[in-house]
Amino acid sequence: MATSTKILSYIPRETPVHRLCGATKLIVFLVWTIVCMLSYNTFVLLGALVFGIIVFRLAKIKVSEVRFVLITILVFLTLNTIAIYIFSPEEGVKIYGTRHELFRFSSRYTVTQEQLFYLFNVMLKYFTVVPIALLFIVTTDPSEFASSLNRIGVPYKISYAVAITLRYLADVQSDYVEISQAQQARGVDLSRKAPLKKRISGLIGIAVPLIFSSLDHIDLVSNAMDLRGFGKNNKRTWYSERPFSRADYIVIAVTIIAGAMALYVTFRNGSRFYNPFLPK
Amino acid sequence: MKINTRTIVAIGIGSAVFYVLNRFVSIPSGIPNTSINTAYAFLAFMSTVFGPLAGALIGFIGHTLTDATMYGSVWWSWVVVSAFVGCAVGLCQNKVNVEDGDFNSKDLLFFNLYQIAANIIGWGVLAPVLDILIYKEPADKVFLQGLTAGAANLITVAILGSVFLTLYAKTRTSAGSLSKE
Repeated sequence: MATSTKILSYIPRETPVHRLCGATKLIVFLVWTIVCMLSYNTFVLLGALVFGIIVFRLAKIKVSEVRFVLITILVFLTLNTIAIYIFSPEEGVKIYGTRHELFRFSSRYTVTQEQLFYLFNVMLKYFTVVPIALLFIVTTDPSEFASSLNRIGVPYKISYAVAITLRYLADVQSDYVEISQAQQARGVDLSRKAPLKKRISGLIGIAVPLIFSSLDHIDLVSNAMDLRGFGKNNKRTWYSERPFSRADYIVIAVTIIAGAMALYVTFRNGSRFYNPFLPK
Repeated sequence: MKINTRTIVAIGIGSAVFYVLNRFVSIPSGIPNTSINTAYAFLAFMSTVFGPLAGALIGFIGHTLTDATMYGSVWWSWVVVSAFVGCAVGLCQNKVNVEDGDFNSKDLLFFNLYQIAANIIGWGVLAPVLDILIYKEPADKVFLQGLTAGAANLITVAILGSVFLTLYAKTRTSAGSLSKE
């Protein structure tokens, strides 16, 4: 049974990236994801990746601290790329409109320059977001995050729900460990050795107590919040909110300008793809 | 905005539970990349009890959190689908009586009709279409991926979701259960 508890979380440090407001980092993260989602332009993606790595260095996060996540994502990307090739070996030819065959495994599985370039772009596109997403997670204080959401326009009740999630994550996880150990002591087996039917009833044996204890938690916490007058006013203040500094304004301005330029470059010639195969 | 405190807390804690179930309480089904995942049964259950808004947000927050902490990146196309499925299942809230103890096979039928529709539209149509629009992946691949994920979730919700709802309904006091002696 998977009990690996390694998860990505906030790593406090004293760096310029950490000192930025949570809201600033959230805006940067959102602009970054939107640009990388829309663009398939190789130069835009490469530029974003290089810039992301520079900021990553600036935050003094060591690669060893996020290695397990990097490994998971690289495995996923490799499998995904192989799957794309198996299902559609000619996708690149379809997209770029030309055909430069290098060699072929069989009549269906050809290898073309277009396909290789397309697969390279797919991997790049998925990977470009990673440095900034990782940074956002490891440099943002969770208790500041809710106030950041509220600041960029998310209603405060919903922001507060996110704050509750981050607050109760550790509690729910330790509830889970307790329940799962208790059930294992009673002979529940979720490993490959048990037959499927037994494993499914084992899942129920762990999920049901976890769900019902959480429902109790929900009643308890919501009563406590009601008694303290939560949701009475249309606005609230946040303990961990920080005022924007000059650095924040500069970062937001630069990000928005760079994002707009990236989108302009991407859509300039009517296609999201940069096509090196076009005749000049 | 009129959302009561209980729904807010249900969204908050529900997302945390979704995350833990998604990470730890699932077993591979034998078909690659698909698993019997209790998280989606839980999502359907919470949607039915707390309504479409709670369902959508638990799906959204829970899925984003799982993606971000596991892969360091978020697949928005599938996150949107989780939110959609949570919302769509939640629409059966008024048709399915779980709170007053009068939970019967008709309620179970309605719950399953909604969840089957939600899973087929969500994973079979919405997920592949978004994958093609955003990531330009080959159509055959994403449709097969979406359909297997959808089928796995559909069966999981049909079995585990129904179990969760039935057990939950049993803990509620039924209306008019007091009798005069």
